[in-house]
Amino acid sequence: MDLISEEKLDAMTSMEKVRLILDEVRNGKILILEKGLTPNEQTKLIELTMAEIEPDDFSGIEIESYPVKQNENFLNKLFGKTTLKTRLTVIGPASQLKTIRKDRDLISALVSP
Amino acid sequence: MGIIKRLGLNFSWLKRLFKRKKAKIGIYGPPNAGKTTLANRIVRDWTGDAMGSVSHIPHETRRARRREDVTIVSNGSSVTLDIIDTPGIATKIDFHDFMTFGLPEEESKRRAKEATEGVMESVKWLEDLDGVILVMDATEDPYTQVNVVIIGNFEARKLPILIAANKIDLPNSSPARIQSAFPQHPLVPISALDGKNIDLLYKEIAEHFG
Repeated sequence: MDLISEEKLDAMTSMEKVRLILDEVRNGKILILEKGLTPNEQTKLIELTMAEIEPDDFSGIEIESYPVKQNENFLNKLFGKTTLKTRLTVIGPASQLKTIRKDRDLISALVSP
Repeated sequence: MGIIKRLGLNFSWLKRLFKRKKAKIGIYGPPNAGKTTLANRIVRDWTGDAMGSVSHIPHETRRARRREDVTIVSNGSSVTLDIIDTPGIATKIDFHDFMTFGLPEEESKRRAKEATEGVMESVKWLEDLDGVILVMDATEDPYTQVNVVIIGNFEARKLPILIAANKIDLPNSSPARIQSAFPQHPLVPISALDGKNIDLLYKEIAEHFG
């Protein structure tokens, strides 16, 4: 299992993040991203995951996070600007990571070898 | 008008120029939430046609389908939309899951391959829409990653979302659970299968996307 820091994620482009995640997950790693992914990055990840699914080899990913929050600080409100605050995200191979339950404040998952 | 007709003048280009752009509304959600059942009902109610086949096996819809010029009239207001019925979005597709429904291995693999292409198509369509009807199965946990991703995408682009909490004909459905998960968006509890509350949904569509 790897924990990837916010600083490392900030230094990467969207495509670099998605590629890193898929490569690591395909190697059987479970990743915890301190900052998470934007909705756009998540859809990119889903798209690329679908392209890489192969019968008897890779069936996809399990990804869990809470909904993004909007940054509503004074300056953003003043200029009518919306920025999204992404949140901690766990991603792993669908064959090894299984969500048992998810609600507003708690995600329960099962990790198998 | 009579004079215009007699003079043979054609002002259709003028009408087109001032006509409001039609909104493209996607019907999204996880597999088996009832998207095509709802699309069929909407299109059948307002055009008399159907949109696609439905099945209890997930990923029955593996190609996005677009029905143009569906005019919905409710409470004196009307809206004309292009309705896009999309394949269910998923983060994993395992052909073994189809085999549990009795499909042979080869067919399951083919279906899985088509389903992955369908998900990619759904994701591509996200960039080209003006709003979404997000269909959620009211008997299931609403906090799925698919719901979170779809809502996050539309919120980021400030596009309207209408949640259809489907399958309220089933005894264990709980639209309230969905409403509490996503209180920031309008929700209509419906049964796409038997049509319960469908008029309420049309009213919300006309108000929300008009």
